[in-house]
Amino acid sequence: MLEIIDLHVSYGAIRAVQGISLKVPDGKIIALIGTNGAGKSTTLRTISGLLKPEAGRILLDGEDITGLPAKDIVKRGISMVPEGRHVFPDLTVYENLMLGAYIRTNRQEVEAQLEEVYNLFPRLRERKSQLAGTLSGGEQQMLALGRALMADPKVLLMDEPSLGLAPVLVQEIFSLIKRIHEQGKTLLLIEQNARAALTLAHYAYVLETGRIVMEGTGAELLVNDDVRRIYLGEGEIAV
Amino acid sequence: MQLSMFFQHLANAVSLGSLYALVAIGYTMVYGILRLINFAHGDLLMVAAYIVYYGRGMFHLPWPVSIVLAVALTSGTGIIVERAAYRPLRNSPRTTILISAIGVSFLVENLGLVVFGGRPQSFPLPAMFDSGSAKEIAGVRVENITFVIPAVTLLLLLALLHIVHRTKVGMAMRAVARDFDTAGLMGIDVNRIIAVTFAIGSALAAVGGIMWAMKFPQINPLMGMMPGMKCFIAAVFGGIGNILGAVIGGFLLGVAEIMIVAFLPSISGYRDAFAFVILIGTLLLRPTGLLGEKVAEKV
Repeated sequence: MLEIIDLHVSYGAIRAVQGISLKVPDGKIIALIGTNGAGKSTTLRTISGLLKPEAGRILLDGEDITGLPAKDIVKRGISMVPEGRHVFPDLTVYENLMLGAYIRTNRQEVEAQLEEVYNLFPRLRERKSQLAGTLSGGEQQMLALGRALMADPKVLLMDEPSLGLAPVLVQEIFSLIKRIHEQGKTLLLIEQNARAALTLAHYAYVLETGRIVMEGTGAELLVNDDVRRIYLGEGEIAV
Repeated sequence: MQLSMFFQHLANAVSLGSLYALVAIGYTMVYGILRLINFAHGDLLMVAAYIVYYGRGMFHLPWPVSIVLAVALTSGTGIIVERAAYRPLRNSPRTTILISAIGVSFLVENLGLVVFGGRPQSFPLPAMFDSGSAKEIAGVRVENITFVIPAVTLLLLLALLHIVHRTKVGMAMRAVARDFDTAGLMGIDVNRIIAVTFAIGSALAAVGGIMWAMKFPQINPLMGMMPGMKCFIAAVFGGIGNILGAVIGGFLLGVAEIMIVAFLPSISGYRDAFAFVILIGTLLLRPTGLLGEKVAEKV
Protein backbone atom coordinates (compact mmCIF):
# COMPACT_ATOMS: atom_id res chain seq x y z
CA MET A 1 0.00 0.00 0.00
CA LEU A 2 1.08 3.51 -0.80
CA GLU A 3 0.16 5.99 1.88
CA ILE A 4 0.46 9.78 1.86
CA ILE A 5 0.23 11.54 5.21
CA ASP A 6 -0.34 15.27 5.53
CA LEU A 7 1.75 16.21 2.48
CA HIS A 8 2.77 19.85 1.93
CA VAL A 9 4.54 21.00 -1.25
CA SER A 10 5.41 24.52 -2.36
CA TYR A 11 6.91 26.15 -5.41
CA GLY A 12 8.61 29.12 -3.82
CA ALA A 13 5.80 31.15 -2.29
CA ILE A 14 3.06 29.16 -3.98
CA ARG A 15 1.70 26.49 -1.69
CA ALA A 16 0.50 23.95 -4.22
CA VAL A 17 -0.32 21.10 -1.84
CA GLN A 18 -1.47 21.93 1.68
CA GLY A 19 -1.92 18.82 3.75
CA ILE A 20 -3.07 15.97 1.58
CA SER A 21 -3.52 12.50 3.03
CA LEU A 22 -4.57 9.54 0.96
CA LYS A 23 -4.24 5.80 0.67
CA VAL A 24 -3.62 3.62 -2.34
CA PRO A 25 -4.30 0.01 -1.28
CA ASP A 26 -2.73 -2.84 -3.25
CA GLY A 27 -4.60 -3.86 -6.35
CA LYS A 28 -6.89 -0.84 -6.40
CA ILE A 29 -7.37 2.03 -8.81
CA ILE A 30 -7.41 5.36 -7.02
CA ALA A 31 -8.24 8.58 -8.85
CA LEU A 32 -7.49 12.20 -8.04
CA ILE A 33 -9.83 14.65 -9.68
CA GLY A 34 -10.02 18.41 -9.52
CA THR A 35 -9.57 21.51 -11.61
CA ASN A 36 -6.29 22.85 -12.97
CA GLY A 37 -4.05 24.03 -10.19
CA ALA A 38 -5.74 21.91 -7.54
CA GLY A 39 -2.41 20.23 -6.77
CA LYS A 40 -2.97 16.86 -8.45
CA SER A 41 0.15 16.89 -10.60
CA THR A 42 2.21 18.30 -7.75
CA THR A 43 1.12 15.41 -5.54
CA LEU A 44 2.09 12.85 -8.16
CA ARG A 45 5.40 14.53 -8.96
CA THR A 46 6.24 14.57 -5.26
CA ILE A 47 5.46 10.88 -4.84
CA SER A 48 7.65 10.08 -7.83
CA GLY A 49 10.56 12.02 -6.37
CA LEU A 50 10.68 14.89 -8.86
CA LEU A 51 9.65 17.38 -6.17
CA LYS A 52 10.67 17.52 -2.53
CA PRO A 53 7.88 17.92 0.01
CA GLU A 54 8.01 20.61 2.66
CA ALA A 55 6.33 18.41 5.20
CA GLY A 56 4.47 15.16 5.39
CA ARG A 57 5.35 11.56 4.79
CA ILE A 58 5.11 9.11 1.93
CA LEU A 59 5.07 5.44 2.89
CA LEU A 60 5.30 2.43 0.61
CA ASP A 61 4.34 -0.78 2.39
CA GLY A 62 5.09 0.98 5.65
CA GLU A 63 8.53 2.09 4.57
CA ASP A 64 9.27 5.82 4.56
CA ILE A 65 10.28 6.92 1.05
CA THR A 66 9.73 10.66 1.60
CA GLY A 67 12.22 12.86 -0.24
CA LEU A 68 14.03 10.09 -2.09
CA PRO A 69 15.20 11.12 -5.58
CA ALA A 70 13.23 9.85 -8.56
CA LYS A 71 15.87 7.28 -9.50
CA ASP A 72 15.45 5.58 -6.12
CA ILE A 73 11.66 5.79 -6.07
CA VAL A 74 11.42 3.77 -9.27
CA LYS A 75 13.72 1.16 -7.70
CA ARG A 76 11.26 0.85 -4.81
CA GLY A 77 8.52 -0.10 -7.27
CA ILE A 78 6.72 3.12 -8.16
CA SER A 79 6.73 4.15 -11.83
CA MET A 80 5.22 7.27 -13.30
CA VAL A 81 3.62 8.02 -16.63
CA PRO A 82 4.30 11.75 -16.81
CA GLU A 83 1.84 14.31 -18.07
CA GLY A 84 2.46 15.08 -21.73
CA ARG A 85 3.92 11.58 -22.16
CA HIS A 86 7.55 12.72 -22.32
CA VAL A 87 8.76 9.89 -24.48
CA PHE A 88 12.34 10.36 -25.70
CA PRO A 89 11.63 11.56 -29.25
CA ASP A 90 15.04 10.87 -30.79
CA LEU A 91 15.23 7.35 -29.41
CA THR A 92 13.45 4.41 -30.99
CA VAL A 93 10.34 2.85 -29.51
CA TYR A 94 12.45 -0.14 -28.49
CA GLU A 95 15.06 2.07 -26.81
CA ASN A 96 12.36 3.97 -24.94
CA LEU A 97 11.00 0.70 -23.61
CA MET A 98 14.45 -0.51 -22.64
CA LEU A 99 15.01 2.73 -20.74
CA GLY A 100 11.87 1.86 -18.80
CA ALA A 101 13.69 -1.29 -17.73
CA TYR A 102 16.90 0.61 -16.95
CA ILE A 103 16.94 -0.48 -13.30
CA ARG A 104 16.47 -4.16 -14.14
CA THR A 105 19.49 -6.35 -14.67
CA ASN A 106 18.01 -9.75 -15.46
CA ARG A 107 18.10 -9.85 -19.24
CA GLN A 108 15.61 -12.73 -19.55
CA GLU A 109 13.05 -11.07 -17.31
CA VAL A 110 13.37 -7.88 -19.31
CA GLU A 111 12.85 -9.79 -22.57
CA ALA A 112 9.76 -11.44 -21.13
CA GLN A 113 8.47 -8.08 -19.93
CA LEU A 114 9.07 -6.58 -23.37
CA GLU A 115 7.05 -9.40 -24.88
CA GLU A 116 4.19 -8.67 -22.46
CA VAL A 117 4.25 -4.98 -23.30
CA TYR A 118 4.27 -5.73 -27.03
CA ASN A 119 1.30 -8.03 -26.53
CA LEU A 120 -0.56 -5.35 -24.65
CA PHE A 121 0.31 -2.70 -27.26
CA PRO A 122 0.74 -4.50 -30.60
CA ARG A 123 1.26 -1.17 -32.31
CA LEU A 124 4.47 -0.64 -30.37
CA ARG A 125 5.78 -3.92 -31.71
CA GLU A 126 5.01 -2.82 -35.27
CA ARG A 127 6.84 0.43 -34.70
CA LYS A 128 9.66 -0.75 -32.48
CA SER A 129 12.46 0.60 -34.71
CA GLN A 130 10.72 3.90 -35.35
CA LEU A 131 11.80 7.07 -33.53
CA ALA A 132 9.35 7.83 -30.75
CA GLY A 133 9.02 11.41 -31.96
CA THR A 134 7.39 10.18 -35.17
CA LEU A 135 4.55 8.39 -33.35
CA SER A 136 1.04 9.81 -33.11
CA GLY A 137 -0.18 11.19 -29.79
CA GLY A 138 -2.07 8.02 -28.94
CA GLU A 139 0.88 5.82 -29.78
CA GLN A 140 3.16 8.02 -27.68
CA GLN A 141 0.78 7.58 -24.76
CA MET A 142 0.90 3.82 -25.24
CA LEU A 143 4.68 4.04 -25.32
CA ALA A 144 4.71 6.05 -22.09
CA LEU A 145 2.46 3.42 -20.46
CA GLY A 146 4.54 0.56 -21.84
CA ARG A 147 7.76 2.23 -20.74
CA ALA A 148 6.46 2.57 -17.18
CA LEU A 149 5.40 -1.09 -17.19
CA MET A 150 8.90 -2.17 -18.24
CA ALA A 151 10.10 -1.43 -14.70
CA ASP A 152 7.52 -3.96 -13.43
CA PRO A 153 6.30 -1.54 -10.77
CA LYS A 154 4.00 -2.33 -7.88
CA VAL A 155 2.35 1.06 -8.15
CA LEU A 156 1.81 3.00 -11.35
CA LEU A 157 1.24 6.75 -11.20
CA MET A 158 -0.54 8.21 -14.24
CA ASP A 159 -0.68 11.92 -14.84
CA GLU A 160 -3.47 12.77 -17.30
CA PRO A 161 -3.12 9.72 -19.56
CA SER A 162 -5.96 10.83 -21.84
CA LEU A 163 -4.98 14.49 -22.16
CA GLY A 164 -4.93 15.77 -25.72
CA LEU A 165 -6.13 12.55 -27.31
CA ALA A 166 -9.01 12.14 -29.74
CA PRO A 167 -12.18 10.74 -28.09
CA VAL A 168 -11.86 7.35 -29.76
CA LEU A 169 -8.30 7.08 -28.42
CA VAL A 170 -9.38 8.13 -24.95
CA GLN A 171 -11.67 5.07 -24.95
CA GLU A 172 -8.80 2.87 -26.03
CA ILE A 173 -6.39 4.24 -23.44
CA PHE A 174 -8.93 3.70 -20.67
CA SER A 175 -9.56 0.11 -21.68
CA LEU A 176 -5.79 -0.42 -21.74
CA ILE A 177 -5.49 1.08 -18.27
CA LYS A 178 -8.18 -1.35 -17.14
CA ARG A 179 -6.22 -4.24 -18.59
CA ILE A 180 -3.04 -3.07 -16.89
CA HIS A 181 -4.94 -3.07 -13.61
CA GLU A 182 -6.31 -6.54 -14.27
CA GLN A 183 -2.74 -7.74 -14.65
CA GLY A 184 -2.22 -6.89 -11.00
CA LYS A 185 -1.01 -3.33 -10.93
CA THR A 186 -2.02 -0.77 -8.35
CA LEU A 187 -2.87 2.56 -9.97
CA LEU A 188 -2.99 6.15 -8.83
CA LEU A 189 -4.53 8.18 -11.59
CA ILE A 190 -5.07 11.86 -12.29
CA GLU A 191 -7.67 12.72 -14.88
CA GLN A 192 -9.33 15.77 -16.33
CA ASN A 193 -11.89 13.37 -17.70
CA ALA A 194 -13.56 12.95 -14.31
CA ARG A 195 -16.37 10.74 -15.52
CA ALA A 196 -14.03 8.18 -17.06
CA ALA A 197 -11.77 8.30 -14.01
CA LEU A 198 -14.62 7.81 -11.52
CA THR A 199 -16.11 4.99 -13.59
CA LEU A 200 -12.78 3.20 -13.47
CA ALA A 201 -11.67 4.00 -9.93
CA HIS A 202 -12.46 2.03 -6.80
CA TYR A 203 -11.95 5.11 -4.72
CA ALA A 204 -11.35 8.77 -5.53
CA TYR A 205 -10.29 12.01 -3.91
CA VAL A 206 -11.46 15.45 -5.02
CA LEU A 207 -8.81 18.15 -4.74
CA GLU A 208 -9.36 21.89 -4.55
CA THR A 209 -6.56 24.43 -4.10
CA GLY A 210 -4.19 21.95 -2.57
CA ARG A 211 -6.62 20.23 -0.22
CA ILE A 212 -8.87 17.20 -0.34
CA VAL A 213 -12.45 18.44 -0.21
CA MET A 214 -14.28 15.18 -0.81
CA GLU A 215 -13.59 11.51 -1.11
CA GLY A 216 -15.50 8.33 -1.71
CA THR A 217 -15.88 5.36 -3.97
CA GLY A 218 -16.07 6.11 -7.66
CA ALA A 219 -19.73 5.12 -7.70
CA GLU A 220 -20.57 7.44 -4.78
CA LEU A 221 -18.87 10.43 -6.30
CA LEU A 222 -20.46 9.84 -9.70
CA VAL A 223 -23.88 10.43 -8.17
CA ASN A 224 -22.80 13.20 -5.80
CA ASP A 225 -24.54 16.48 -6.69
CA ASP A 226 -21.50 18.72 -6.16
CA VAL A 227 -19.26 16.45 -8.16
CA ARG A 228 -21.83 16.23 -10.92
CA ARG A 229 -22.24 19.98 -11.10
CA ILE A 230 -18.60 21.02 -10.84
CA TYR A 231 -16.62 18.17 -12.41
CA LEU A 232 -19.05 16.37 -14.64
CA GLY A 233 -20.68 19.51 -16.04
CA GLU A 234 -24.22 18.39 -15.28
CA GLY A 235 -27.19 20.23 -13.88
CA GLU A 236 -27.59 23.94 -13.50
CA ILE A 237 -24.65 26.24 -13.42
CA ALA A 238 -24.62 28.19 -10.19
CA VAL A 239 -24.83 31.92 -10.80
CA MET B 1 51.67 23.42 -57.53
CA GLN B 2 53.20 20.00 -57.88
CA LEU B 3 51.05 17.01 -57.21
CA SER B 4 53.42 15.77 -54.53
CA MET B 5 53.17 19.13 -52.79
CA PHE B 6 49.41 18.89 -52.90
CA PHE B 7 49.47 15.48 -51.26
CA GLN B 8 51.79 16.76 -48.59
CA HIS B 9 49.32 19.49 -47.76
CA LEU B 10 46.45 17.05 -47.91
CA ALA B 11 48.14 14.74 -45.42
CA ASN B 12 48.68 17.65 -43.07
CA ALA B 13 45.13 18.83 -43.53
CA VAL B 14 43.67 15.44 -42.71
CA SER B 15 45.79 15.13 -39.63
CA LEU B 16 45.02 18.63 -38.33
CA GLY B 17 41.35 18.13 -39.13
CA SER B 18 41.33 14.88 -37.15
CA LEU B 19 42.81 16.63 -34.14
CA TYR B 20 40.18 19.34 -34.28
CA ALA B 21 37.50 16.70 -34.66
CA LEU B 22 38.65 14.78 -31.60
CA VAL B 23 38.56 17.84 -29.37
CA ALA B 24 35.35 19.23 -30.90
CA ILE B 25 33.54 16.03 -29.85
CA GLY B 26 34.06 16.97 -26.20
CA TYR B 27 32.46 20.38 -26.70
CA THR B 28 29.51 18.91 -28.48
CA MET B 29 28.95 16.11 -25.93
CA VAL B 30 28.87 18.48 -23.00
CA TYR B 31 26.67 20.91 -24.88
CA GLY B 32 24.33 18.09 -25.83
CA ILE B 33 23.77 17.13 -22.22
CA LEU B 34 24.03 20.44 -20.31
CA ARG B 35 23.49 23.07 -23.05
CA LEU B 36 26.79 24.51 -21.87
CA ILE B 37 29.92 25.52 -23.77
CA ASN B 38 32.60 24.10 -21.53
CA PHE B 39 35.29 26.71 -22.15
CA ALA B 40 37.73 24.80 -19.97
CA HIS B 41 37.68 21.91 -22.43
CA GLY B 42 40.54 23.25 -24.59
CA ASP B 43 42.76 23.65 -21.57
CA LEU B 44 42.57 19.93 -20.96
CA LEU B 45 44.86 19.52 -23.98
CA MET B 46 47.50 21.35 -22.02
CA VAL B 47 46.86 19.35 -18.84
CA ALA B 48 47.34 16.06 -20.70
CA ALA B 49 50.44 17.26 -22.54
CA TYR B 50 52.12 18.37 -19.31
CA ILE B 51 51.28 15.13 -17.52
CA VAL B 52 53.04 13.21 -20.29
CA TYR B 53 55.89 15.73 -20.27
CA TYR B 54 56.50 15.24 -16.55
CA GLY B 55 55.75 11.54 -16.66
CA ARG B 56 58.50 11.10 -19.25
CA GLY B 57 60.94 13.80 -18.18
CA MET B 58 60.75 13.67 -14.42
CA PHE B 59 59.51 10.20 -13.56
CA HIS B 60 60.93 8.36 -16.59
CA LEU B 61 57.74 6.39 -17.04
CA PRO B 62 57.43 4.27 -20.15
CA TRP B 63 55.41 5.86 -22.96
CA PRO B 64 52.29 3.71 -22.60
CA VAL B 65 52.18 4.35 -18.85
CA SER B 66 52.57 8.12 -19.27
CA ILE B 67 49.85 8.22 -21.87
CA VAL B 68 47.37 6.09 -19.94
CA LEU B 69 48.10 8.11 -16.81
CA ALA B 70 47.61 11.40 -18.66
CA VAL B 71 44.30 10.27 -20.14
CA ALA B 72 43.05 9.02 -16.77
CA LEU B 73 44.10 12.13 -14.84
CA THR B 74 42.75 14.50 -17.49
CA SER B 75 39.50 12.59 -17.49
CA GLY B 76 39.42 12.99 -13.72
CA THR B 77 40.08 16.71 -14.11
CA GLY B 78 37.04 16.97 -16.35
CA ILE B 79 34.90 15.20 -13.75
CA ILE B 80 36.18 17.48 -10.99
CA VAL B 81 35.49 20.62 -13.05
CA GLU B 82 31.89 19.50 -13.59
CA ARG B 83 31.42 18.59 -9.96
CA ALA B 84 32.94 21.77 -8.57
CA ALA B 85 32.05 24.46 -11.08
CA TYR B 86 28.97 23.33 -13.02
CA ARG B 87 26.87 21.02 -10.88
CA PRO B 88 26.26 23.55 -8.09
CA LEU B 89 24.97 25.94 -10.77
CA ARG B 90 22.83 23.40 -12.61
CA ASN B 91 19.61 25.28 -11.85
CA SER B 92 21.07 28.75 -12.27
CA PRO B 93 20.54 30.86 -15.40
CA ARG B 94 22.53 29.63 -18.38
CA THR B 95 24.73 32.74 -18.34
CA THR B 96 25.92 32.07 -14.80
CA ILE B 97 27.21 28.63 -15.63
CA LEU B 98 28.79 29.97 -18.85
CA ILE B 99 30.72 32.55 -16.84
CA SER B 100 31.74 29.80 -14.46
CA ALA B 101 33.12 27.89 -17.46
CA ILE B 102 35.16 30.89 -18.58
CA GLY B 103 36.41 31.26 -15.01
CA VAL B 104 37.50 27.61 -14.88
CA SER B 105 39.38 28.09 -18.14
CA PHE B 106 41.30 31.07 -16.74
CA LEU B 107 41.91 29.17 -13.53
CA VAL B 108 43.36 26.13 -15.30
CA GLU B 109 45.54 28.27 -17.58
CA ASN B 110 46.90 30.34 -14.72
CA LEU B 111 47.40 27.34 -12.50
CA GLY B 112 49.40 25.95 -15.40
CA LEU B 113 51.52 29.10 -15.51
CA VAL B 114 52.15 28.91 -11.78
CA VAL B 115 52.81 25.20 -11.56
CA PHE B 116 54.55 24.50 -14.87
CA GLY B 117 56.07 27.93 -15.51
CA GLY B 118 55.45 30.11 -18.54
CA ARG B 119 58.48 29.03 -20.52
CA PRO B 120 57.65 26.76 -23.45
CA GLN B 121 59.07 23.28 -23.07
CA SER B 122 60.00 20.95 -25.81
CA PHE B 123 57.84 17.89 -25.74
CA PRO B 124 59.70 14.57 -25.81
CA LEU B 125 58.89 12.39 -28.79
CA PRO B 126 58.91 8.62 -28.93
CA ALA B 127 61.44 7.25 -31.39
CA MET B 128 58.78 6.33 -33.93
CA PHE B 129 57.67 9.97 -34.18
CA ASP B 130 60.95 11.89 -34.05
CA SER B 131 62.05 13.95 -37.00
CA GLY B 132 64.21 11.15 -38.39
CA SER B 133 61.15 8.98 -38.73
CA ALA B 134 59.64 10.90 -41.61
CA LYS B 135 59.04 8.79 -44.65
CA GLU B 136 59.17 9.66 -48.30
CA ILE B 137 56.21 8.29 -50.17
CA ALA B 138 56.08 9.12 -53.86
CA GLY B 139 58.19 12.18 -53.27
CA VAL B 140 56.10 13.36 -50.32
CA ARG B 141 57.82 13.63 -46.97
CA VAL B 142 55.36 12.75 -44.26
CA GLU B 143 55.99 12.21 -40.57
CA ASN B 144 54.58 9.12 -38.93
CA ILE B 145 52.42 11.13 -36.57
CA THR B 146 50.55 12.50 -39.57
CA PHE B 147 49.21 9.02 -40.23
CA VAL B 148 48.73 8.05 -36.63
CA ILE B 149 46.49 11.00 -35.75
CA PRO B 150 43.69 10.25 -38.24
CA ALA B 151 43.87 6.53 -37.43
CA VAL B 152 43.58 7.10 -33.69
CA THR B 153 40.81 9.62 -34.20
CA LEU B 154 38.86 7.22 -36.37
CA LEU B 155 39.23 4.40 -33.84
CA LEU B 156 38.12 6.58 -30.95
CA LEU B 157 35.20 7.93 -32.97
CA LEU B 158 33.99 4.41 -33.75
CA ALA B 159 34.36 3.43 -30.11
CA LEU B 160 32.42 6.50 -29.02
CA LEU B 161 29.61 5.93 -31.50
CA HIS B 162 29.40 2.36 -30.27
CA ILE B 163 29.10 3.53 -26.67
CA VAL B 164 26.52 6.19 -27.44
CA HIS B 165 24.31 4.09 -29.71
CA ARG B 166 24.82 0.51 -28.65
CA THR B 167 25.27 0.45 -24.89
CA LYS B 168 23.03 1.03 -21.92
CA VAL B 169 25.10 3.93 -20.63
CA GLY B 170 24.97 5.53 -24.10
CA MET B 171 21.21 5.17 -24.16
CA ALA B 172 21.08 6.82 -20.75
CA MET B 173 23.30 9.65 -22.05
CA ARG B 174 20.90 10.29 -24.91
CA ALA B 175 17.95 10.21 -22.51
CA VAL B 176 19.59 12.62 -20.08
CA ALA B 177 20.51 14.94 -22.96
CA ARG B 178 16.83 15.18 -23.77
CA ASP B 179 15.13 15.42 -20.40
CA PHE B 180 16.63 15.22 -16.89
CA ASP B 181 13.33 14.64 -15.08
CA THR B 182 12.06 11.85 -17.28
CA ALA B 183 15.50 10.23 -17.26
CA GLY B 184 15.31 10.27 -13.47
CA LEU B 185 11.89 8.60 -13.61
CA MET B 186 13.54 5.76 -15.53
CA GLY B 187 15.87 5.21 -12.58
CA ILE B 188 18.84 6.84 -14.33
CA ASP B 189 21.34 8.53 -12.02
CA VAL B 190 21.51 11.81 -13.95
CA ASN B 191 24.56 13.10 -12.07
CA ARG B 192 26.47 9.94 -12.79
CA ILE B 193 25.65 10.05 -16.48
CA ILE B 194 26.77 13.68 -16.68
CA ALA B 195 30.02 12.72 -14.96
CA VAL B 196 30.51 9.89 -17.46
CA THR B 197 29.96 12.35 -20.30
CA PHE B 198 32.62 14.67 -18.93
CA ALA B 199 34.96 11.75 -18.36
CA ILE B 200 34.65 10.56 -21.96
CA GLY B 201 34.90 14.04 -23.49
CA SER B 202 37.92 14.87 -21.35
CA ALA B 203 39.63 11.59 -22.20
CA LEU B 204 39.24 12.41 -25.90
CA ALA B 205 40.67 15.88 -25.25
CA ALA B 206 43.61 14.24 -23.46
CA VAL B 207 44.37 12.03 -26.43
CA GLY B 208 44.00 15.11 -28.64
CA GLY B 209 46.37 17.09 -26.44
CA ILE B 210 49.04 14.39 -26.46
CA MET B 211 48.87 14.03 -30.24
CA TRP B 212 48.84 17.81 -30.60
CA ALA B 213 52.06 17.98 -28.58
CA MET B 214 53.60 15.26 -30.73
CA LYS B 215 52.71 17.15 -33.89
CA PHE B 216 53.75 20.56 -32.55
CA PRO B 217 56.30 19.59 -29.89
CA GLN B 218 56.49 22.89 -28.07
CA ILE B 219 54.18 23.02 -25.08
CA ASN B 220 53.20 25.91 -22.84
CA PRO B 221 50.37 26.49 -20.35
CA LEU B 222 48.33 28.49 -22.87
CA MET B 223 48.67 25.95 -25.66
CA GLY B 224 45.04 24.86 -25.25
CA MET B 225 43.52 28.28 -25.82
CA MET B 226 43.61 28.61 -29.58
CA PRO B 227 42.91 24.95 -30.39
CA GLY B 228 40.13 25.10 -27.81
CA MET B 229 38.52 28.10 -29.51
CA LYS B 230 38.87 26.51 -32.91
CA CYS B 231 37.39 23.21 -31.84
CA PHE B 232 34.51 25.02 -30.22
CA ILE B 233 34.00 26.77 -33.57
CA ALA B 234 34.26 23.43 -35.34
CA ALA B 235 31.55 22.04 -33.08
CA VAL B 236 29.27 25.02 -33.77
CA PHE B 237 29.99 24.83 -37.48
CA GLY B 238 29.13 21.13 -37.58
CA GLY B 239 26.00 21.59 -35.50
CA ILE B 240 26.60 21.67 -31.78
CA GLY B 241 25.18 18.74 -29.87
CA ASN B 242 25.76 16.40 -32.79
CA ILE B 243 28.82 14.13 -32.57
CA LEU B 244 29.16 13.50 -36.30
CA GLY B 245 28.65 17.24 -36.86
CA ALA B 246 31.61 17.98 -34.60
CA VAL B 247 33.76 15.52 -36.51
CA ILE B 248 32.80 16.95 -39.88
CA GLY B 249 33.19 20.51 -38.59
CA GLY B 250 36.62 19.78 -37.15
CA PHE B 251 37.70 18.06 -40.29
CA LEU B 252 36.54 20.80 -42.63
CA LEU B 253 38.10 23.48 -40.46
CA GLY B 254 41.47 21.72 -40.42
CA VAL B 255 41.41 21.13 -44.15
CA ALA B 256 40.32 24.69 -44.88
CA GLU B 257 43.09 26.12 -42.73
CA ILE B 258 45.82 24.12 -44.41
CA MET B 259 44.43 24.84 -47.87
CA ILE B 260 44.48 28.56 -47.16
CA VAL B 261 48.10 28.32 -46.19
CA ALA B 262 48.82 26.22 -49.26
CA PHE B 263 46.97 28.12 -51.92
CA LEU B 264 46.87 31.65 -50.58
CA PRO B 265 50.26 32.05 -48.93
CA SER B 266 49.87 35.82 -48.97
CA ILE B 267 47.10 35.68 -46.36
CA SER B 268 48.40 32.68 -44.46
CA GLY B 269 49.17 35.00 -41.54
CA TYR B 270 45.41 35.26 -41.03
CA ARG B 271 45.11 31.52 -40.67
CA ASP B 272 43.85 31.70 -37.09
CA ALA B 273 41.36 34.41 -37.94
CA PHE B 274 39.79 32.18 -40.53
CA ALA B 275 38.13 30.01 -37.88
CA PHE B 276 36.38 33.05 -36.49
CA VAL B 277 35.16 34.05 -39.92
CA ILE B 278 33.57 30.61 -40.09
CA LEU B 279 32.02 31.09 -36.65
CA ILE B 280 30.48 34.43 -37.59
CA GLY B 281 29.33 33.08 -40.94
CA THR B 282 27.73 30.05 -39.27
CA LEU B 283 25.94 32.13 -36.67
CA LEU B 284 24.64 34.53 -39.34
CA LEU B 285 23.67 32.07 -42.04
CA ARG B 286 22.97 28.75 -40.35
CA PRO B 287 23.03 29.05 -36.57
CA THR B 288 22.18 25.37 -36.15
CA GLY B 289 25.32 24.36 -38.04
CA LEU B 290 25.69 21.77 -40.78
CA LEU B 291 23.98 18.84 -39.05
CA GLY B 292 22.34 20.62 -36.15
CA GLU B 293 18.66 20.24 -35.59
CA LYS B 294 16.49 23.04 -34.39
CA VAL B 295 17.68 23.87 -30.92
CA ALA B 296 14.82 22.69 -28.78
CA GLU B 297 14.43 24.47 -25.49
CA LYS B 298 14.73 22.02 -22.64
CA VAL B 299 11.43 21.46 -20.92
